[in-house]
Formats: sequence, structure tokens, C-alpha cells
Amino acid sequence: MSVNHSLRDRFESGLAAPICLTWEVTYACNLACRHCLSSSGVRDPRELTTDEAKAFLDDVAAMQIFYINIGGGEPTIRRDFFELVEYGLSRGIGIKFSTNGSRITPEVAQRLAGNDYLDVQISLDGADAATNDALRGEGSYDTAIRAMENLRDAGMTGFKISVVVTRHNVGQIDQLLDLADSMNAELRLTRLRPSGRGVDVWDELRLSAADNRALYHWLMDHPTVLTGDSFFHLSALGDPLAGINLCGAGRVVCLIDPVGDVYACPFVIHEQFLAGSIRDGGFGHVWRDSELFRSLREPGSPGACASCGSYDACRGGCMAAKFFTGLELTDPDPECVFGHGETALAQRVSLGPRPSPDHSKRVTISSR
Amino acid sequence: MPDQPDFAAHWSLHPSVSLRDESFGAMAYHHGNRRLVFLKSPLLVDVVRQLDDFESADAALEALVADEQRAALRRALETLTNSEIVRVG
Repeated sequence: MSVNHSLRDRFESGLAAPICLTWEVTYACNLACRHCLSSSGVRDPRELTTDEAKAFLDDVAAMQIFYINIGGGEPTIRRDFFELVEYGLSRGIGIKFSTNGSRITPEVAQRLAGNDYLDVQISLDGADAATNDALRGEGSYDTAIRAMENLRDAGMTGFKISVVVTRHNVGQIDQLLDLADSMNAELRLTRLRPSGRGVDVWDELRLSAADNRALYHWLMDHPTVLTGDSFFHLSALGDPLAGINLCGAGRVVCLIDPVGDVYACPFVIHEQFLAGSIRDGGFGHVWRDSELFRSLREPGSPGACASCGSYDACRGGCMAAKFFTGLELTDPDPECVFGHGETALAQRVSLGPRPSPDHSKRVTISSR
Repeated sequence: MPDQPDFAAHWSLHPSVSLRDESFGAMAYHHGNRRLVFLKSPLLVDVVRQLDDFESADAALEALVADEQRAALRRALETLTNSEIVRVG
């Protein structure tokens, strides 16, 4: 999807309802990935009840939101997970959920296959166990592969293999594409953000400038690979990548967290980007009336990027990447393709704010 | 280039498509091929919503669209058949 400018202006001022709504249904997780963007691990006792979750799905249906992305934590850990999925589907909502694959048994795969309104995204962060497990924990590669095989064997096609691109796996993207082909799946690559526990590994894992350039050209050469619009900061390198190419936070995307708090996007779980709670008047009220969302829908200021001829291509990049690296929101993206972000990082007065809240397990078992 | 679709046939919104009004027109989402498509004029949205009520796409255009806008609307409708937002026949 490539989008002309007048339409992009409409996106900038916000839509009647989000295009893409992420709903994290629990902070509980059986893994402890080092880059977890929601700092998940332990269930929050205040998480939405089944009835509250269904009422939220009623709101989603009433707002005609086409589909939602369910994540976590590991969403399938919730005992009512499949009940909620069935309920959403019965209301005509398309549902895609992200999982590490641990609950995708052959029986579950059979239940999932063959429904147009249902899609599954298996997280995998390397083309081999060593690369993946260093980030996601011992055994997680085998678990993910088994889940993919179960889905393939159940006849499900076009499910997603979702990869956060890091310094360690960027050299494996051709292999990952081959893997997706062999599973009748599609490859989805997304950007590593310094969000959640990702802030602790960002410097170690983020792509170099050369990696980013190579990735941009690879994506241009492989238009069927999905990106969730997450590499739009690279569009300043030439022709725009497919997508709307602007920060959609509070405009076309948002996040509902497990306790019903609404954040501007999945990568800014921090009080500064908290728009409200669905427990306080419902989701539609927050989407339409939140002061934060209204301010995010104002035309953005190019700030420090005003003199750069490529501002129109990248719109200054990712808000979350700036915020958690301690940059101003009017600074260039820390991974600005022209190196302006590196300059800004060198000049910052303090490190970024710590992500909040943190649901990490107190003791994490290191895989190294 | 695909062949031109048959405007003399009956057209309708694909049953797997959800359509949502927006200030610029509407967004359409196809749950089968998962394409998100933007309908960038309220007139186009009107026509798409009513296609099913007419015996052909041409009949719908004749009834709903002024002469000078028909060519543009035909082109817009044609792109919607490519993404399977509307189906022919």
C-alpha cells in the first residue's frame, strides 16, 4: 500500500477509528525475551476480566475496526483466550494474534486453520536456534518451528513469521524468507525499538547505518515481505517503502494494555503516552476525546529536521525510538539515515526515561 | 493489464469486505486477501454501497453519477475489482 500526500494528511489528523489496534491481553509470559517491548513476565492482578474484555470487543465492533492484533505477554496463557477470540470473530472482527508458539499444538492448529478472519503470527528472531535463543531463551526456536509445522500441516496458509531485525539476524533474512516459503507462511520484519526491556539491549542489537541501508534495498526488492510500516525512517534513502510512512501513534494506531490502559502505540508504554483507560467510559471515548491523542493529531513540527530535504519522506521517524533514547520528540530519529540522530544522541543531556510499568519476572534466567 | 471488467454485469461489494466511513470517503478491508483500500470520494462510496441494488455497474453509474464524472468513477471501480473489494457477476 502506497499512499498519496493528501491521504497522508488525513492520517495525520486522525481517523474515526484506528486502522490497527493492538490489544495486549496479559502481561504473563512463559518466556523472558531480552528485547520484550512490554517488559512482560508476570500477570498483573488488575487485568481485564472476561466480561470487561468482551465489552471491549463490543466497542471494537461498534467502531467498525476491521481487525485487531492481540499480543501480550503470551496471549494464549489467558484461560479465556480462545473464548475471547471466538467472541471477537462472532462480532465480525478480524483477529490476528502474536504468539511464541508454545500453545499451538496440532489440535489448536486445526481449530485455527481455514478461517479468513483469523491470522496467527509466530515470533522468531533468528534463522537458527543459536541466534534466536540468545534473545528469546533456550528452546524457543524449536517451539516456534514446531508451531509453524503444526499450522502448515493443518493446512493454514499465509500465517506470519514475525522477526525483529537485529544486528545478529539481519544477515539471515534470505534464510528467514526461505523458511516462510517452506511453511506456506509470510515473512514479517519489524524494527527493534528501545521500548520495554528493549532499552537495555538497543545499543547492543540495533542495526548499523550500513545494515539499515542494505535492509532498505532488500525491502524494496522484496515487496511481499511485510513490515508493519515499521521502517519508514528508512524511506529517506530513496523511494518510499510501502505503507503510510508517518508515525501513526494516536492517529491510526494505538495500544490497549492488559489492564485496559490506552497508549498511543505499542512501543510507548509510559505514563507520558497514556491516553486514558477503557474502564473509564469505553474505548471510543478515549480514542475520540483524549487530550493526548488530540495533540498527536496536530500537524507535527519538523523541529531539528526542518532544514533537511528528506523530512517529507521520513517525517522525523519513530517517536518511541526518540523518547526512550533520551531525545526530544522534535529531534531526528536516532537511526536517521543521514546520521543526524547520532549527532543528537551525542549531544543529549541525559539518558532516556525508564519504561513503565515493568512486569518482568524478578529473576530472569539468562540464556548465555 | 487485466482485461477490462464487464460493466454490463451485476456488481456487488465482496461479502468478505468491511466498509467504514471516514472524512475523506471510506476505508475498505478485505478479510480474505487482507487488503486495506482507501475510497477517496464520498461519491465512490455511495456507488459501491449501492452496486448490489442495480442490475449492472453501468446502470448504477447512470443512476447515481453525473455524466462528466462517470469516466473517473469507472476507473475507480475498476481498481476496486483488481483488489476484489467489489466483485463482478
